[in-house]
Amino acid sequence: MDAALSEFSKWLAATSLSHTIQTVGWIIPALQTIHILSVAVVFSSAVLVDFRIWRLFERDVPLPQVTRRFLPTIWPVLLILLLTGSLLIIGEPRRSLLNATFYLKMALLVVAILLTAALQASIASSPAFWEKDQSRRTAGKVPAKILAKILAKILATASILVWCGILFAGRWIAYTQAG
Amino acid sequence: MMSQFQDLIAYFEDSGLAESIRENDVLFPLIESVHVVAICLVVGSILVLDLRLLGLASIHRPVSRLTAAILPVTWGAFAVAATSGFLLFISNAAKYLANGYFVAKIILICAAGVNMIIFHGISAKDLPQWEKEPSPPLRARLAGALSILLWIAVVACGRWIGFTMQELSQ
Repeated sequence: MDAALSEFSKWLAATSLSHTIQTVGWIIPALQTIHILSVAVVFSSAVLVDFRIWRLFERDVPLPQVTRRFLPTIWPVLLILLLTGSLLIIGEPRRSLLNATFYLKMALLVVAILLTAALQASIASSPAFWEKDQSRRTAGKVPAKILAKILAKILATASILVWCGILFAGRWIAYTQAG
Repeated sequence: MMSQFQDLIAYFEDSGLAESIRENDVLFPLIESVHVVAICLVVGSILVLDLRLLGLASIHRPVSRLTAAILPVTWGAFAVAATSGFLLFISNAAKYLANGYFVAKIILICAAGVNMIIFHGISAKDLPQWEKEPSPPLRARLAGALSILLWIAVVACGRWIGFTMQELSQ
């Protein structure tokens, strides 16, 4: 597996696109800048919704409205991340393809995508259920509602932790790259 | 004045804390990761406000209510970004001060602050009259656009510091 990846990295590094990215000095920092700005958008969108679930942000706005405002942005920006990330890999294949931290980051990304999609879908599928959430007096008395609120808080906490894990792993790729 | 500043910088750089960050293999990347998380939240949360001022997002939310909701997040994240940034800075203070991108980053952050002060102190004096309108007046849209550009430049400078401080990792 490692040998195959090493061969593939070697082949990738020999392509003319890789050569351009390696030799034109401003390309890698520019790609990394676009990558981080996109991470900022995705991370903040997810975290603001997570904060709303914990009633730390826009608690006067029903959760489905907050979700509709912030979560859909994540998907197109993820495509920019995929594109800039791929170009960074093509420029320096060994830096990530032969690096366990990179695979940890990708695994965490899959979890984050699933968590975000689950939150977005479950809130969008029953907006009335979450809409009434505004009046706390009635909300606290229905067992299903209590359970749903606890579950949402668990998912929100997991989402914050996993997104932070992705950002940490992303920075750590630079420190764990193969020689 | 200048030598007092240099004394202060040397004092921080020679401290045990700065030395630990410099010498320890894990401490620098750890603080750097916290810095990245915090700056992402600063930039992302400010972008929410900027896009509202441009009339491009959250247009059904009154500007003052969106500001009241988002600024605690922004300032909390900024406090973490500034603290972690200061710790990274003191680990190699003299080299950072000699780095043009570092100096540019600090100036750009100050410029973003001035832009915010001008907007809240002067341009937004008549906020109650237009804050519910989907598209704010030109001066508000300009403040939003300028803020976006400044923060993009801040992040770009931050990334370029890593490539022009060769002894540190990229």
